Amino acid sequence: MSLKENMNLYSKGDKAFVYLNMFLVGMFTISTLYPFIYVASLSLSLGDAVTAGKVVLTPVDFTLAAYEKVLFDPAFWRSYANTFIYTIGGTITSLCIIIPGAYALSRPQLFGRKYWNMLIAFTMWFNAGMIPFFLNMRDLGLLDSYIGIIIGFACNAFNIILLRNFFEAVPDSFEEAARMDGANDFQVLWKVFIPLAKPAIATVTLFCIVARWNGFFWAMILLRDEDKVPLQVYLRQIITQLTDDDTFASTLLTASYSFETVSSAIMVCSIIPVLLIYPWVQKSFNKGIMLGGVKE
Amino acid sequence: MQDINNSLSTPDSALTKQLKWFVMHFKKEWQLYLMLAPTVIWFMVFLYTPMYGLQIAFKDYSVFKGIGASPWVGLEHFYTLFENDQFIRAIKNTVMISGASLIFGFPVPIILALMFNEVINPKFKKTAQTIVYLPHFISAVIIAGIVITAFAPSTGVINLMLNALGYDSVYFLTKPEWFRTIFIGTGIWQEAGFGSIVFLAAIAGVNPSLYESAVVDGANRFQMMYKITIPCILPTILIMLIIRIGNILEVGFEMIIMLYQPATYETADVISTFIYRQGLQAAQYDLAAAAGLFNAVIAFILVIAANTISKRVSKTSLW
Repeated sequence: MSLKENMNLYSKGDKAFVYLNMFLVGMFTISTLYPFIYVASLSLSLGDAVTAGKVVLTPVDFTLAAYEKVLFDPAFWRSYANTFIYTIGGTITSLCIIIPGAYALSRPQLFGRKYWNMLIAFTMWFNAGMIPFFLNMRDLGLLDSYIGIIIGFACNAFNIILLRNFFEAVPDSFEEAARMDGANDFQVLWKVFIPLAKPAIATVTLFCIVARWNGFFWAMILLRDEDKVPLQVYLRQIITQLTDDDTFASTLLTASYSFETVSSAIMVCSIIPVLLIYPWVQKSFNKGIMLGGVKE
Repeated sequence: MQDINNSLSTPDSALTKQLKWFVMHFKKEWQLYLMLAPTVIWFMVFLYTPMYGLQIAFKDYSVFKGIGASPWVGLEHFYTLFENDQFIRAIKNTVMISGASLIFGFPVPIILALMFNEVINPKFKKTAQTIVYLPHFISAVIIAGIVITAFAPSTGVINLMLNALGYDSVYFLTKPEWFRTIFIGTGIWQEAGFGSIVFLAAIAGVNPSLYESAVVDGANRFQMMYKITIPCILPTILIMLIIRIGNILEVGFEMIIMLYQPATYETADVISTFIYRQGLQAAQYDLAAAAGLFNAVIAFILVIAANTISKRVSKTSLW
């Protein structure tokens, strides 16, 4: 109701402006959405229809053949399971390191606090780069291991500073009250700070989950064993074969599913979990990132 | 000066005093240091040890001798790099791609935020925002997969459209002249929505009384946007611009690795992909580390400069 009422107050020019604007926003939204619909439609179409260039918007000759092919492929399931291991293991590891670390860095009584913080923040501006990082991982014996991927990417300066800023903003009176009751640092963190910082912790958690789920570069570099690669690396192998050569493509090609439909089906399977947690992601980045803001 | 004199005259007592204080402090606050330890150890092991490893940029690195024992060669790798046409090309491409995505990509989130601000139907606004933020959370592999599929020569939707309009198919991803357009366009598509959040927050902070008095003066919505909203968010725009310029060497190289191929190296190969190929694929670790060091030092200078400038602009530090 409010829309109509409000609109009546507007001048003709304003109405035109509002509608034109709405149209343009709508267009942008549709063009954001379209590629996802396109991929979903490809995955649900008959291979022949795709090869013949019939699929543009909606599925043509609807079939689940591509999904059958994907879901009966053990390599797909292995990589899917690996992604879950890296995402869950990595996120828990990250939180176990980041939360106490950010708490310690936020306490004024920490000796040399300024320098500890600089040690963390410096890594945002200067990075040794790909090669020394790789050689370091190799020297640590963390190539081709689950542990290497889970621990090696557990922290970053951004998440620590985000959480630290949030902890810093907690009024002193909360901590003092807990101290009166004889709480030690661990109890203060667990009973006072973590409950108060829930939105910020949720934000960091979701950042970790999304980064883990989507990460592929280092998994591709550090993991040689096919049994350990996550979904994104598996997907990359499939997709690059589309551009690299046609041999794999032709072996995969049958009438019911084609190379495009199978790779689209894998893409859809990989997007679905992101879509499932997306409502929480959206809620928390709207709040969390504004609350924290990354400042030294 | 006085401090130094004092400590010189009574070196022992000052030191023991400090030591005593520290033991006391540590006894009282040991839990805090225990909590800090994993973070500091992690940063030391995974981010600072590689900095020690950067010395191979000045060494003839041998896997068998290790980082410390490999012989020094001075600036040899840097000379090699700057005589290498591919490296020069990579620098040029990095600046070209970053510069072009700055010019074309930077205004889009601002315009989008202004447009969202003018949407008066809250449901429509929320739905649209939910959708345009989404691509930011999708992995580079999938985005690249969509691009590869959509631009495929015979089955991709782009070429089907071209065919429908009577044009011949183009195998876009093998054409160097198309790479930048596709890469930058994809980047804008993926990040414009998410990038608008910062500007929407700035718009939300504009004093409402400004609009109220503008309405009294008979301003229309477009005038209010042009004369109030944009000037009010100008500081945010400026700061974001400075940050972007400071990060100009940062290119979404995961996406490039997915999308480029030898046929398009000419326009697509950037510093980080050059490092990846030389170092991780061809195992020329020392040369690639030198390229990485060069990149990191320039990036460091740019970021520090950006922070200094923005401090002056906004009187508040970026971090």
